[in-house]
Amino acid sequence: MEDRKSIMDRIAETSKVATTGVDEKDIEHWVTIYIMGKAYKVPAALTIMQAMEYAGYRFIRSCGCRAGFCGACATVYRKEGDYKLHAVLACQTRVEDGMYLVQIPFAPAEKATYDINSERCDISTVLKYYPELARCVSCNTCTKACPQDLQVMDYIQAALRGDLATAANESFDCVQCGLCAIRCPAEIVHYHVSQLIRRLYGKYQLPEEQNLKKRIEEIESGKYEEEFKKVMSLSREELEKLYVEQQKTREVY
Amino acid sequence: MAELKLIGGYPEYMRESIKLVEKTRPKRVGKLPPQMTMEEREEILNLCHPDYAPGGKRPISIGPNKGDIAPNEVVDLLEAYPLIEPDEIDLNHVDYDVDILIIGGGLAGTSAALLANDSGIPVNRILLATKLRHGDSNSIMAQGGTQAADRPEDSPVIHYIDTMGGGHFANKPDVVKALVEDAPKVIKWLCDLGAMFDRDKNGNFVELSGGGASRKRMHACRDYTGMEELRVLRDEFRNRGIPVLEYYPAIELLTDGDNRVTGAILVNLETDEYKIVRAKAVILATGGFGRLHIRGFPTTNHYGATADGLVLAYRAGAKLRDTDTVQYHPTGAVYPQQIVGLLLTEKLRTAGAQPVNKYGEAFVFPLEPRDVEAAAIIRECYIRDNGIVTPTGLRGVWLDTPLIEIVQGKGYIEKSFPAMVRMFKRFGIDITKDPVLVFPTLHYQNGGVETDPWGRTNVEGLWVAGEVSGGVHGKNRLMGNSTLDCMVFGRRAGMSAAEYVKSYKGDGRLTLDHVKRYIKMLQDAGIKPDRRSPILLPDYRGKRVLARMIDIF
Repeated sequence: MEDRKSIMDRIAETSKVATTGVDEKDIEHWVTIYIMGKAYKVPAALTIMQAMEYAGYRFIRSCGCRAGFCGACATVYRKEGDYKLHAVLACQTRVEDGMYLVQIPFAPAEKATYDINSERCDISTVLKYYPELARCVSCNTCTKACPQDLQVMDYIQAALRGDLATAANESFDCVQCGLCAIRCPAEIVHYHVSQLIRRLYGKYQLPEEQNLKKRIEEIESGKYEEEFKKVMSLSREELEKLYVEQQKTREVY
Repeated sequence: MAELKLIGGYPEYMRESIKLVEKTRPKRVGKLPPQMTMEEREEILNLCHPDYAPGGKRPISIGPNKGDIAPNEVVDLLEAYPLIEPDEIDLNHVDYDVDILIIGGGLAGTSAALLANDSGIPVNRILLATKLRHGDSNSIMAQGGTQAADRPEDSPVIHYIDTMGGGHFANKPDVVKALVEDAPKVIKWLCDLGAMFDRDKNGNFVELSGGGASRKRMHACRDYTGMEELRVLRDEFRNRGIPVLEYYPAIELLTDGDNRVTGAILVNLETDEYKIVRAKAVILATGGFGRLHIRGFPTTNHYGATADGLVLAYRAGAKLRDTDTVQYHPTGAVYPQQIVGLLLTEKLRTAGAQPVNKYGEAFVFPLEPRDVEAAAIIRECYIRDNGIVTPTGLRGVWLDTPLIEIVQGKGYIEKSFPAMVRMFKRFGIDITKDPVLVFPTLHYQNGGVETDPWGRTNVEGLWVAGEVSGGVHGKNRLMGNSTLDCMVFGRRAGMSAAEYVKSYKGDGRLTLDHVKRYIKMLQDAGIKPDRRSPILLPDYRGKRVLARMIDIF
């Protein structure tokens, strides 16, 4: 049997592609991408983000979670011979031959400030803070620009109809990258608008959870103090025994 | 040679193995391998958990934790010289003079700012500085959920015992008590601010189980839990107008020369200009160390997870603890190559997905604590040789995601795992139809700067919250306890620092005496000045470019 250290070394060796960058000698397939118009030959299996790093870029901006959750790496590209402008997240998109790309490191956008505790939960609040919402011409450019494939125009239209529940739920997966807002001819900042809508909906339309309320009252009344005292005074062996018993009573699915 | 032909995202040889997974799937429904006993857990950890394998670590040779064991990558940063020459910094010109400086813009830092403000510190007396954008953090990537014992079948004491057991009973008991007791309050706080946790048709929370958790207490927002929590808190933060500096990492703390933290040096990442902040209290919420790639593992972590806070606090005299353990999440992606190391939420297993080997056999209870589950997957791949080898030579086992809809009903995956569906769809794989290939990935810094239940460290004027802290998770954190940790101790640190500020007795002197002393210690220990820290960002530039790079400006 292989010893434990050499297993770890083998894992490290094969993981290099994700830890120290790729080694040219292992690469068979290459593509050419154009970063802000300049051509770079890069391994075909990389994401746009990895390819830019391979090409020599060390990011300060336009790189955050590297996993599709933070929206920092908004990127637009066109392919040679194609009119369409694509909007993607650089960390979640594989390079393709002939991509002409640029990253959008920052989206200038006005965010309204409000006190969520003193607002009405309806569309009038949203229009009060974001009157430009009414300028939506249903062109669907926002939807086409969304790297999350959200139905952006649909949720904006739902909001305008007063259906905040639909707007909140349909906008939920938004990573706030700003691409919709940059493309919108009506100059709507969809991601700030939907943030307000979700907070209104979450606060005013979702019911107060009763178990949660009761449990907080119990904790505050000191209900668990005695039990905590007992458990915290146990020896390690006694606590472990309690733990093992508790694990046997597990709720799984 | 042409690129490998892919069918539904997978090459032919993987398809062969997927057929075996499909074949065993009906037989595996509702049938799980048994949970391991404590003895079996111990045995498998010793056999193949990266923390237990020889190599990879060494004792720290200087400072408050001299002699303690930590990963080489961490010790390298502790045994490194500062980025600055202390005498070359002008400390007489103070750029920002505030009551509370918060370093870090994830859940912990944002929570701290809000609660400091709630506790009476005016917004213009608070400053939050962060290395990337406000919110670019591990918090925003948290998928699975946040633990809070609020169901009648559950209690904070049960949550306490689960957490202690998961942490191998090395956790600090009073800190764990604070964690589990504040948990329901944190969920209520988020709901009151408008966070949308998953609800059933009656409006009650949908709560799921987690690895090592004996009750269902995971509160999720689809598989975007951290993102929802963070963007709600950040929106509230912005509404209040709390000042924030983005792309301004801290590169050193400042002290009054008498072991009290009185501020920090920040640097503008774009212009390299430094700024001096004087603060009565400093809250470090800088997160963890995934981008150090401990033991050469890929990571789930965000770009800025480089242990800056550990380094800064240690130089200022803060004690660390549990530095010897590292959390490897059992299920990181190993295929396709573009997403190697990225997280596949544990929630997939809580919803019914099972790890299975290349023959389609289940080989481990799907919800062991993370260290145990990870070790079992490594054993399957490297000791029993039952893993699938990827075209780039990595090994993994299948996480049988289609099983989820057999357990939970059709449409469940799309509804509960939009982030996972999206990630794989981008690379041609449909997780509702096909399993995904997984292997453990570097996920979490279990230990860190030692704290009390209020986030206080042994250094006056210095608080910590979130992943940079140590003690609450012992030697192994449970799922759903990290976002919770960030918010519980972020809030507590904000409150505690606010109290401290109100009766502040320091003179606010700014010195780098602690750094000078640290440099002396490094020199006395014979450590050569060829390493500098904090490193702030990892470097993934291509080797060929680096080799031909010249310095022209």
